[in-house]
Amino acid sequence: MDQLFNRKYIVQGLFIVIALILLGKLFYIQIISDKAFSSAESNVLRKIYKYPARGAILDRNMKVIVQNEPVYDLMVIPNEVKPFDTLALANALEITVEDVRKKLKKARAQSTYQSTFFERQISVQSYARLQEIMYRFPGFRTQDRTIRHYPDSIAGQLFGYVKEVSPDDIEKSEGYYKPGDFIGKSGLERSYENFLRGEKGVINTLYDAKNIAQGSYANGKYDVNAVSGERLISSLDIRIQRLGEELMKNKVGAIVAIEPATGEILAFVSSPGYDPNQLVGKDWGKNYMNLIANPYRPQLIRPIAGQYSPGSSFKPVDALVALQDGAIDPNTTFFCPGYYMAGNHKVKCEHVDGTINMQRGIARSCNTYFCHVFQNIITKNGMKNQRQTYAHWHEQIMKWGFGQKLGIDMPFEKKGIFYPAEHYDKIYGKRWGYTTVISQAIGQGEITSTPLQMANVMAAIANRGYYLKPHLIKGIGDKNVVKKEYVVKNYVGVDAQYFPIVINGMRDAVNSPWGTAKESQIPNITMCGKTGTVQNPHGKNHSVFIGFAPMDQPKIAIAVIVENGGYGGSYAAPISSFIVEKYLTDSIKPRSNGYTVKAFSETNLLPALIDKTKKVKLTKLDSLNLKKADSLKKVKDSLKIKPAIIKQTSTKKPKVNQAIVNHKPVTNK
Amino acid sequence: MQQQGNRFFFNVDWITVLIYIALCAIGFINVYASIYNPDKATGFDFSSSYGKQLIYVITGLILGLSILLFDGRLFNVFAPFIYGATLFLLVVVLFVGRNVGGNQAWIPIGSFRLQPSEFAKFGTALLLARYVSTFNPKFRDFKSIVIAGLIVLAPLLLIMLQPDTGSALVFLAFMFPLYREGLSGYFLLIFLGMIVLFVADFLVPTYVLVLILTTIGGLFIYNNRRKQKIIISTVLVTIIAIVYLFVVKIAYEKVLAPHQRSRIELMLGLKADNKGAGYNVIQSQIAIGSGQATGRGFLQGTQTKYGYVPAQSTDFIFSTIGEEWGFVGCSVVIGLYLFLLLRLINLAERQRSTFSRVYGYSVACILFFHVFINIGMTIGIIPVIGIPLPFISYGGSSLWSFTILLFIFLKLDSNRMGFI
Repeated sequence: MDQLFNRKYIVQGLFIVIALILLGKLFYIQIISDKAFSSAESNVLRKIYKYPARGAILDRNMKVIVQNEPVYDLMVIPNEVKPFDTLALANALEITVEDVRKKLKKARAQSTYQSTFFERQISVQSYARLQEIMYRFPGFRTQDRTIRHYPDSIAGQLFGYVKEVSPDDIEKSEGYYKPGDFIGKSGLERSYENFLRGEKGVINTLYDAKNIAQGSYANGKYDVNAVSGERLISSLDIRIQRLGEELMKNKVGAIVAIEPATGEILAFVSSPGYDPNQLVGKDWGKNYMNLIANPYRPQLIRPIAGQYSPGSSFKPVDALVALQDGAIDPNTTFFCPGYYMAGNHKVKCEHVDGTINMQRGIARSCNTYFCHVFQNIITKNGMKNQRQTYAHWHEQIMKWGFGQKLGIDMPFEKKGIFYPAEHYDKIYGKRWGYTTVISQAIGQGEITSTPLQMANVMAAIANRGYYLKPHLIKGIGDKNVVKKEYVVKNYVGVDAQYFPIVINGMRDAVNSPWGTAKESQIPNITMCGKTGTVQNPHGKNHSVFIGFAPMDQPKIAIAVIVENGGYGGSYAAPISSFIVEKYLTDSIKPRSNGYTVKAFSETNLLPALIDKTKKVKLTKLDSLNLKKADSLKKVKDSLKIKPAIIKQTSTKKPKVNQAIVNHKPVTNK
Repeated sequence: MQQQGNRFFFNVDWITVLIYIALCAIGFINVYASIYNPDKATGFDFSSSYGKQLIYVITGLILGLSILLFDGRLFNVFAPFIYGATLFLLVVVLFVGRNVGGNQAWIPIGSFRLQPSEFAKFGTALLLARYVSTFNPKFRDFKSIVIAGLIVLAPLLLIMLQPDTGSALVFLAFMFPLYREGLSGYFLLIFLGMIVLFVADFLVPTYVLVLILTTIGGLFIYNNRRKQKIIISTVLVTIIAIVYLFVVKIAYEKVLAPHQRSRIELMLGLKADNKGAGYNVIQSQIAIGSGQATGRGFLQGTQTKYGYVPAQSTDFIFSTIGEEWGFVGCSVVIGLYLFLLLRLINLAERQRSTFSRVYGYSVACILFFHVFINIGMTIGIIPVIGIPLPFISYGGSSLWSFTILLFIFLKLDSNRMGFI
């Protein structure tokens, strides 16, 4: 032992200090910090989402009208990409090497460690080619998904479209949606999103350092299977839907057909329509822009968002409310000199019928008769109580669904206009009476409704006093769940006893020689209906027809609007008759007047367009001139359409078209 | 007490042998886990790495026990020859060595590969012990320091030529036995100071360091303004330190290989590189950290199983221990090492012969360097220096050389009552 012995402690002390330093650092990274643990998880764990198949949609005859098709996306995790044969990948995808580089750059800009889209919806051939050489492209993988397919290529607005979620959607869903998920953006795809989308599955897979899958994490304890979306049964009858779209070709307008007993919507045509398959997949952007750019606004869902004055088709409701009110009785007659004087304002009638009763008034669509009816209603408690009686009348009319959303299972429904008494108070103070609002008697002026509301009115009349909430989906899932609200009868407040006289009038409108829609008589089927010719400040009148058939135990109620179609009897009524016949008999018999589906389908009623591209900055004075010029031009244009049709179609089928063109003078309003 | 040299295993420190066996067993288990592939989990396979490791462990134990059969005095007698032989091998390896991972460190012998640098450690330890025990220099004079320095530096420089900086650095461990035998503590302090300045040179601008050094020097001189000797030496030390700063900067750029530079920069946190040079360290830390308190369990470590840590069965074996056995397992391993090291020092101190004591210190300090550098590297407190973890890392050469190193000392210790 020497004095150097003490140095032993220094050496041993050093050993202990170093051991403590090592343990200290270990304590920090193993126990205090959990950064390493999550890094380890993200090293080995990949969540692969399994997208569920979206629910299919069937029509009322169980024909598939919305289905899925498999597509494959090529995904990439840029961080894991190692130098690879870009040419081989480009060839497999049928793109250029330059594209490969661009896409990779784009993916890298999005996220370096997350799986992002490299190429969406690669073709089946590309997919097959890739599968064989996939191992050569570390960091890449394919992901299968399904996209929508609409086999009939019709009813674009009805089905809507499905699109990748926007950051907005993700935020609103509070984390349910993740980037890359899909969501129904409009139409049924949107309103039934919660049923259709199903549940996403997730597979937690372990990956080794070479990015090779090594099996499931925790024996799949945290994996979730994808659950397919619910199957929906639509109330739609795709046969008449297709026929409706066919008939509405080259026309702007809408058709809504309802089964009165159930409120189920049988046809839901918005014209011009588009092929819903256009808004699926890669070409979405291009096609969507085309739709937006189309001046006839095909993206507008006219059956629920088009607001038209009902015109004369409002008269049956008018009559029924008056009868219920006791303002008139079924035998009340009025004298029609060919006009009605509302104060010093003259409401014209298209004909001079002399003394006329209700049944004939409906069949002939007599403006004078219904102006008198309206006058009787509003003034039945004396001139001083007109505001009160109007308020009461407004309430009764509201029961038919005017001026409010019916609550159809589609987004973007409009209410239409139907003002309460307060509205007129604001404008006129207390100095207003029936003459102020007389145009409402004939469904013009300050009243508009959607085609859906009009069809619903017909359903209520067909049911003799009630309607069921119109809807497009009648069964959800395998158990065909029906929403409770769809079996509730909504009474319109008119007793059944008042219906026969009005329905008789509507029968006569179609089936009598003096009816406004006599050209639309259906062989062997008694259709009841009412034409409407809606004054249109922007151009030619809109052609409207509402009706139901058969007269007893009605199976279908319908509303048709053809914009700029002129008289109700010219286009809307014949189109209705074809649809009703097709629905009831599954065939269309030749008509004695020579009307055919083909001829109507070929008729072009698209209003002429005003060239908006030439707009330059104008002074106020200029704009006044322009207005004049525009309105002049519109008139000219609307006149131009007709000859153009004759010319164009006459070379092909002169006979048939002649019938359509020639019948107009005989048709009454 | 009587001379019991004829009884081979008399007086052997069995506790050390038990720790040795325990560490080897831990090594085998973790090498197995590192190699383990869940897809190919067949029966035991002797051609696999863990199979070989088992053979190395068993042969290592046999080798160790057979060393106990020698007469301890032989090591003293043959020390110069053993040292000469290892030096010779270190020269030979530069010409016939097989290049593995950039280092010309291996001599292929049949299907095995011999790593002379591993054996140079105990060769050097033996000669150093022989020198100290023969001349009892006390290291107060320049000559003895130079001789001892040459004994250590010869193999160190030869290994640097391979170039295997990591193995060469281990030879600095010999400073501690020399310190114990009388080398001034200033050498250790200077060495420590060099490391501190080296690190500081990267973290702080050089001119700031120069300012700090001159200020400290100035204050020191002011406090000792009456003592001329101290003033002169302080001025000298300050100047040398400042020169050192610039030399380090230049040497760093010119002498170190790019991969060594990046390793140092990564360790100092000057550079973040998740995929390149830093990958090993980061993945190793992730694996160890993810073990948390009690670890994921044997064969359950995902980072280990799926090969996220490169060189995991060899230099980074500690990450397997960290991931699968957690802080508890790490503490046990470090505890075992610490116990072994402290015991070796205690054993060394109980020797009557200087030869045995110097050799004992050498063994303890070499093991200490390996453990400290290796574990420190896996948890990111020391730059990546590729040296194995004694008794645990996969590999025959290192296991056998550590076994020989340790068991020679155990033999010397069993002879502690005799005179060597």
